[in-house]
Amino acid sequence: MKAETEDILLAVEHVSLSFGGVRAISDVSFDIRRGEIRAIIGPNGAGKTSMLNVVNGFYHPQKGAIRWRGRARARMKPYEAAAQGIARTFQNVALFKGMTTLDNIMTGRNLRMKRNLFWQALRRGPALDEEIANRRVCEEIIDFLEIEHIRKTPVGALPYGLQKRVELGRALAMEPELLLLDEPMAGMNREEKEDMSRFIVEANRYRGATIALIEHDIGVVMDLSDRVVVLDYGRKIADDVPEKVKSDGKVIGAYLGVSH
Amino acid sequence: MELLRALFADPFAQMVAAPDLLAQTIWEGLVAGVLYSLIALGFVLIYKASGVFNFAQGIMMVFAALTLVGLHEKGVPAWAALILTIAVMYALALAIERLVLRPLVNQPDIILLMATFGITYFLIGFGELVFGGNPKSMITKELLLPDGALDLHILGGKVELQKLDIAAAAIALIMVVSLATFFQRTRIGRALRAVADDHQAALSVGISLDQIWVIVWFTAGVVALATGIFWGARSEVSFALQVVALKALPVLILGGLTSVPGAIVGGLIIGVGEKLGEFYWGPLLGGGIESWLAYVIALAFLLVRPQGLFGERIIERI
Repeated sequence: MKAETEDILLAVEHVSLSFGGVRAISDVSFDIRRGEIRAIIGPNGAGKTSMLNVVNGFYHPQKGAIRWRGRARARMKPYEAAAQGIARTFQNVALFKGMTTLDNIMTGRNLRMKRNLFWQALRRGPALDEEIANRRVCEEIIDFLEIEHIRKTPVGALPYGLQKRVELGRALAMEPELLLLDEPMAGMNREEKEDMSRFIVEANRYRGATIALIEHDIGVVMDLSDRVVVLDYGRKIADDVPEKVKSDGKVIGAYLGVSH
Repeated sequence: MELLRALFADPFAQMVAAPDLLAQTIWEGLVAGVLYSLIALGFVLIYKASGVFNFAQGIMMVFAALTLVGLHEKGVPAWAALILTIAVMYALALAIERLVLRPLVNQPDIILLMATFGITYFLIGFGELVFGGNPKSMITKELLLPDGALDLHILGGKVELQKLDIAAAAIALIMVVSLATFFQRTRIGRALRAVADDHQAALSVGISLDQIWVIVWFTAGVVALATGIFWGARSEVSFALQVVALKALPVLILGGLTSVPGAIVGGLIIGVGEKLGEFYWGPLLGGGIESWLAYVIALAFLLVRPQGLFGERIIERI
């Protein structure tokens, strides 16, 4: 039992969040274990994205607490969450559109590069070495995601599927402990989804990222995830392994409606 | 027919007939252009990093120059005044970030634009309160800037180059090259561009907006100081000087709001175009065309390339 609590990377405890009078999340608790792929599913407006925003510090819940690596986390800004090892992608791709694929991924190395303004302005010595070392990491990620051909293309000009991939690359460049993916496969065709699934699994297995993922494609969720938490109208209605969740009456009700 | 010849033949005939005069006019245009470029650069820096069109750029230039001269008047030696002024520009950047930008984060652009109007009026009032409203002359000698002129005997005549102008051009060149490299090639440069592009995404990769904003406003302040020194040396340091900042608008249209090289090339085109126009075509229109010609040149460019010469390509997905 003790081993299990040590294994918990992030725990959300009785979190409630509202905007004005609108309740987005009501008293939700769940945890994410180190090394797992955790899916968060639910119908539109269930509070899934709000939940991710709470985890990476965009929103601050009115009630409840978040334990990160076993310790209660103080109110945190997004860039502090990033410094703690939490990376994310967004539902509607948030890339730096005027910048190239390579530059976008290099921004993910921002926190790994420590040389100060002075050396950077000179672009000499330690700053240059650092730039080269980090560039190598990014090139390796570009290789891994099979996007070599668009390395120098401004990302705004890329098709949607590739933009999603670049965004994943930027998050991976941070070498995160916890990777939050908000609908990584939305709007993709079958082939693109298969590619993306492969990248997610490999990021999880070989790059050691714990992953929390929001996804609407139930087939994908069942294949990828170790455990699934289901939200509906801001409340948690199920939390279990995929096979159990699939046959849960409440979950089916939330998705299909209940007959009265 | 007469008019057509006066417009399209005579000026060029004059240029060929007196090449030294042409060279002199172009040189003066280039010098004015360099200074326009520096002002435009201040706008570009802030726009790139915070997406804010900083209306206060002109007044920041006057404020920096005024602080420098004012401190010297109060008995501070020139070198110390220069360092202190740079420190003041840093304090200003910190204050603007803390008191103006941070509370307004994620507000629409128009709100931030209006906030820079506020900064403008604050700096006018504050500058007058501390240093008085009388025009002052720039302390060029104390700053070891050269004076006098260099005479070049070329093209069958004499071309006179003011040494101060040569210094201005050299400093502008150094600033532009270092800023361009900085933006393109370093971590902080990338972070600056990232912030300009998407605040939320920038935060998610661990870029601190507060820190980036202080850096850009400080850099823009230093650029404003350099501009203020050279404009101040050409006329005098007073609040009236801020109107030259308006000349940066056509430069920005020409060069693109987001491009450092664009600001410099745009500035040069406007400067040279203006001086040539005034000298060769001005008499035809009764003179005084310098004040509006820049806007006409910019307008013509706008029709062809709305994003400016070097602006980032406008990519719209439908």
